[in-house]
Amino acid sequence: MSVVGQTSPLIDWDWIARNVDQIAARTWQHLSLTAISVGIGLVISIGLAIVALRWRWSYTPITWVTGLLYTIPSLALFALLVPVVGLNATNAVIALTSYTLLIIIRNLVAGIDGVPNAVLEAADGMGYTRRARFWRMEVPLALPVIIAGLRIATVTTVGLVTVTAVLGLGGYGYFILRGLNTFFWTQILVGVVLSVVLATILDIGFLIVQRVLSPWARRVG
Amino acid sequence: MIRLENVRKVFPGSTRAAVSDLSLDIRRGECVTLIGPSGCGKTTTLKMINRIIEPTSGRIEIDGRDAMAIPAHELRRSIGYVIQQIGLFPHRTIAQNIGTVPALLGWDQAKIDERVAELVEVVGLDSEMMTRYPSELSGGQQQRAGVARALAADPPVLLMDEPFGAVDPIVRKRLQSEFDDLQSRLGKTVVFVTHDVDEAILLGDRMAILNIGGIIEQYEAPESVLAEPASDFVEDFLGRERGLKRLALLPIGEAHLQPGPFVDVSMSPVEARRVMEQHGVDWLGLLDGERLLGWVDGARIGDAPLRGLEPRPFLVTLDTDSSLRSALDAVVTSHARVAVVVEDGVYRGMLDLEAIAEGITE
Repeated sequence: MSVVGQTSPLIDWDWIARNVDQIAARTWQHLSLTAISVGIGLVISIGLAIVALRWRWSYTPITWVTGLLYTIPSLALFALLVPVVGLNATNAVIALTSYTLLIIIRNLVAGIDGVPNAVLEAADGMGYTRRARFWRMEVPLALPVIIAGLRIATVTTVGLVTVTAVLGLGGYGYFILRGLNTFFWTQILVGVVLSVVLATILDIGFLIVQRVLSPWARRVG
Repeated sequence: MIRLENVRKVFPGSTRAAVSDLSLDIRRGECVTLIGPSGCGKTTTLKMINRIIEPTSGRIEIDGRDAMAIPAHELRRSIGYVIQQIGLFPHRTIAQNIGTVPALLGWDQAKIDERVAELVEVVGLDSEMMTRYPSELSGGQQQRAGVARALAADPPVLLMDEPFGAVDPIVRKRLQSEFDDLQSRLGKTVVFVTHDVDEAILLGDRMAILNIGGIIEQYEAPESVLAEPASDFVEDFLGRERGLKRLALLPIGEAHLQPGPFVDVSMSPVEARRVMEQHGVDWLGLLDGERLLGWVDGARIGDAPLRGLEPRPFLVTLDTDSSLRSALDAVVTSHARVAVVVEDGVYRGMLDLEAIAEGITE
């Protein structure tokens, strides 16, 4: 079917067909920026959560600082980091990671805190050592909440990765930025749709992982 | 078996001792109930035995061993522990929950499975519960699993902190009587904290009544405590109906049984009427040899032989192990105002109100 009088159709399938390689490369970039940022975010958060759980007074300043990071607009953060690390992937990863911290730490601490006292007392009473109790009771029981935190952090990061297009990266954000500059709708749509699809797939993926790792919590959901 | 010597506990930040200076001796195989008002330190005392709460000073000995001399986690593996909130591990199946301590002790899996299957039966759980998670069980079932978990490694000592406090009254009654049976079979040394006087009386071989600060007001068998409260505090604490509570503990026995107006069916009607007159009643119990046949209304006794009358059965009969309280109940609810005691169909005697009162006053 030909569309009369429209030089640029909404979806130019030919363009998509010609650029499969490019789309694949940007998919990989989008995924790896997300994975690296959430991964580093998780490692840092675990460290900070351990500090917060051991020295309770430190939890407030930790959430205060990570909360402050969370409020900085992403574009501003990229710009702020340019004089320090330059205009590159390191810049992107530092910024993206800093946005994951608040969510992941909060869920780590809330998950561990949410383990019922009766369970802890029973575990002590049965003769668990402190360390065994932490790894075999507290961590598995906190897992649904921890994974819920990773889910939110990941979905948020997938969205933020598109903004790194201003650094010459961007994953699918590259298409959006190019499309906006040239008023080429197909590119914009490809960038937006794939970004949403990726976020949805990762969200569902985490949900499945959570169900598999904590079958006992299925009812509680 | 368990010996507490001058044990004291002051919680950090508190000026008053939760337990100021408590000494308590618990014999092997006995169930001791700790009871008292809130703040009396009964739970603190219990939790110091397995060092969930570390004593400030004093000595605790379990089976001759100094409880402080061994690492807390090792000590606890040899002590069964049941708490009111149960505290089953939500992420583990019932079977895994019950097998907790054996697994910690490094038993091989086959032995654990065997032991778990055995315990599921002992506490009266359905074997199909074993693969379920705790959240899928009712409160009563969870508490049974909690008791099974405490018994898993066959510890000589069992600590129970208001274990039946969170279940509804009907389930609680059943769990209490089941636990009573279980205890008489297993013969564990049990320390049982409760705030329910009736529970303390029912389950305790001895009961310790504590006052604020862990002061032992009285430490004796429930019968003795009820018969002779050591102080006004104890008397107040036991509350009203102390007499009824005592009656519940005393068996009917043989001592106060009376023959009553019970006659053999071969007796002549004239003589039978004389027996009724002697007892001042308008009914007659009929026996065939030693066997109890029932009772007949006095008005029906004429000149015909007793054998021709159709006796009516007594609605309630008791045996000599029944409590005086159930005898009292039989007296007040029966038409004849007596409690009839029968064993294996053989008439043993009867009790009236006066006989029951005699039973309690001696």
